[in-house]
Amino acid sequence: MAGPLVKFERVQKSYDGLTLVVKNLNLEIPKGEFLTMLGPSGSGKTTTLMMLAGFEPATNGEIWLSGQPVNNVPPHKRGIGMVFQNYALFPHMTVAENLAFPLKVRNFSKSEIDAKLKRALDMVQLSGFENRKPGQLSGGQQQRVAVARALVFEPDLVLMDEPLGALDKQLREQMQFEIKHIHQRLGVTVVYVTHDQTEALTMSDRIAVFNDGEIQQLSTAEELYDTPNNSFVAQFIGENNRFSGQISKVNGKQCEVTMAGGQKLRALNIVGGTAGTRTRLSIRPERVEIVADSKKHANVLPARLHEIIFLGDHVRARMSVAGNDDFIVKIRHNNRQELVAGDEVKIGWHIEDCRALDEIGATRQ
Amino acid sequence: MALILEDVQVMRAADGTPLKLKLARSMRRQQLKSLALIAPLFLFIVISFLVPILMMLRNAFYDPDIHDNLPQTLVEISHWDGKDVPNEDTFAAFAADMKLAQKAKQAALVGKRLNYEIPTLKSKTTVTARKLEAIEHGPWKEALIGLDPVWGENETWAAIKRASSVYTPFYLLNVIDMKQGADGSLQQTAPERQIYRAILLRTFGISTLVTLLTLILGYPVAHLLATTPQRTASILMIFVLLPFWTSLLVRTTAWSILLQDGGAITQLLSVTGISKLLNFLGLLHGEPALFKTRLATVLAMTHIQLPFTLLPIYSVMKTISPNYMRAARSLGATPAYAYWSVYIPQTLPGVAAGCLLTFILSLGYYITPALVGGPTDNMIAGFIDTAMNSENNWGKAAALGTILLTATLILYYVYNKLIGIDKMKLG
Repeated sequence: MAGPLVKFERVQKSYDGLTLVVKNLNLEIPKGEFLTMLGPSGSGKTTTLMMLAGFEPATNGEIWLSGQPVNNVPPHKRGIGMVFQNYALFPHMTVAENLAFPLKVRNFSKSEIDAKLKRALDMVQLSGFENRKPGQLSGGQQQRVAVARALVFEPDLVLMDEPLGALDKQLREQMQFEIKHIHQRLGVTVVYVTHDQTEALTMSDRIAVFNDGEIQQLSTAEELYDTPNNSFVAQFIGENNRFSGQISKVNGKQCEVTMAGGQKLRALNIVGGTAGTRTRLSIRPERVEIVADSKKHANVLPARLHEIIFLGDHVRARMSVAGNDDFIVKIRHNNRQELVAGDEVKIGWHIEDCRALDEIGATRQ
Repeated sequence: MALILEDVQVMRAADGTPLKLKLARSMRRQQLKSLALIAPLFLFIVISFLVPILMMLRNAFYDPDIHDNLPQTLVEISHWDGKDVPNEDTFAAFAADMKLAQKAKQAALVGKRLNYEIPTLKSKTTVTARKLEAIEHGPWKEALIGLDPVWGENETWAAIKRASSVYTPFYLLNVIDMKQGADGSLQQTAPERQIYRAILLRTFGISTLVTLLTLILGYPVAHLLATTPQRTASILMIFVLLPFWTSLLVRTTAWSILLQDGGAITQLLSVTGISKLLNFLGLLHGEPALFKTRLATVLAMTHIQLPFTLLPIYSVMKTISPNYMRAARSLGATPAYAYWSVYIPQTLPGVAAGCLLTFILSLGYYITPALVGGPTDNMIAGFIDTAMNSENNWGKAAALGTILLTATLILYYVYNKLIGIDKMKLG
């Protein structure tokens, strides 16, 4: 099929007529993609999902599904599979009845239902559980049934609303892989909503980071982590060291930032500011090195070590750098020198690893 | 595990005493404490509730009036073969018993009891007892038959013999329109005297109707309350609860004022022209008469019972996540089908709890039918009241009470078998 499977066009949503929960959303999702909407609670990601599913009407704009506008199509005619938080398995029906529900309403024959049911149960490795009630299953098994139910009628699009939120860490990781594998095997398009960045990073083809009713950045996991576009994304995805300052000189794509204490740092001018723009610098902890040779790095600053936390494969060193007392450096275990709290060291990083981002987003968090 | 331990060796605490003993000792203090805490309520329930009910229910099959007042007669009559009128000894014993009874002012009790077996015996017994005082000598047989020919009938003595035991099935049989014949066999009460089955049927009928009406009216309201935003729901909830907090008597009286002939509702019907319309359609002749009708009974009872049905349903609905309906719709179900196949089944525990509550409470109504209902709307509890307060027939009252209690327990049992009491959700 030509064109995207899902298209949001200038979609806005307001519940009270006073504030916009979703502000001017434009998004295209190609067929077969695993797209995650990631964001804190209240960022508009779930509302967006509910509008796509048809449970909430869009206040403005148009949503397209397979090239058809669906604003006036009720949920049961959209043919979208959905996995809910806490699964929403019908408690009074057995596993088989739950799975047969979407097939029954579509008037499939008994033999077709049986065949599809068997295939769905095989897919989630739950053969033999047909006659159990959801209450008799573990959280992981219920999760699998919920996924199977959303897929059993072979929809083009499956929505998942924080489906793993109720599981413990180990099971969650296992289910992440299972869902990912099912996606790859079936080639179905998945729109996944979560507030868990690890989940988003592991599973998705693309991630849309939501905040304040807007998509802050839409890109692959790698890009999001390595090249965040603004302070919110840098802050929300992974760990991040921050400095506030003012751009003093712009040089092509790079700039020089003067800190409150007078130190000058060089960074990539992502914010696109001119001399005088307030900015927030962002550096990933693993991109900082403790240096002996100050010529190797563009930015070198003196630092005082506060504490060292041993974490097996790496150590975390917390230090004071240029007025920031919570500057974190991740040092690989085998590279670890004999560091002791209280030491004075020099740290440095490359220009490409230091991004000058917006100040507004930084003050928001 | 425990078995293995016992076989191999007794587990002992560090000081050598058996572990089980040690555990029992360490728990005893706590058990005593909790026992002391529940003791007041337990005693209160036993003394004020359990014992009186059992004593009352005993009246259903325990009646010592004949046994206590005719002791000599009973000794003699136990030899009686029932074929012919008893011999002179029996009559002599009866005369002696009756003289004593008359002196102790107990003769009327004997008469009352015998009257249940054979109507008319009450007055005949008391008259006989009074006249016997004047007679000094026998032969008693002729004397008594001379006083009233009824004593010369086999039936009379069979009745005395039947009533002789302190335990009698008479009352219980009576309230299901059965009786024991002269030969002890079970018989139907004469058709013109059969009333209790009809009363029982009417009681169940009205209760069923009221339960259904409260369900039909309450279910949508419960759904509205459970799904509207909290602020609106709390205001609506007040409207549901306000009548709930008003005394039953007040509400019933209010209904009787509203429904009276020429009262608010009748006037409203005629002012709005509905009376005329109904007359025109042939559904009504003249002014509507609502007061003292079955309609009024059902109307008032439905109003009073509505919150009892509604609240358990509401509390169950509160716990049903809107995601179930969404899931059903995303899977392709129309709103109506999703509601029917996913939502309603999940509310059934609440529906069952609410309906059971209303049905059982409805079985016991007597003020409302008495105040707003017609003469044929009296329910079983009304007859219990009449039996106790007007007829002074505690045996009948207890028997009716037993029937009501048994019906309720059977209902509870069936509910438990069908749905399971653990599934009942009241809040």
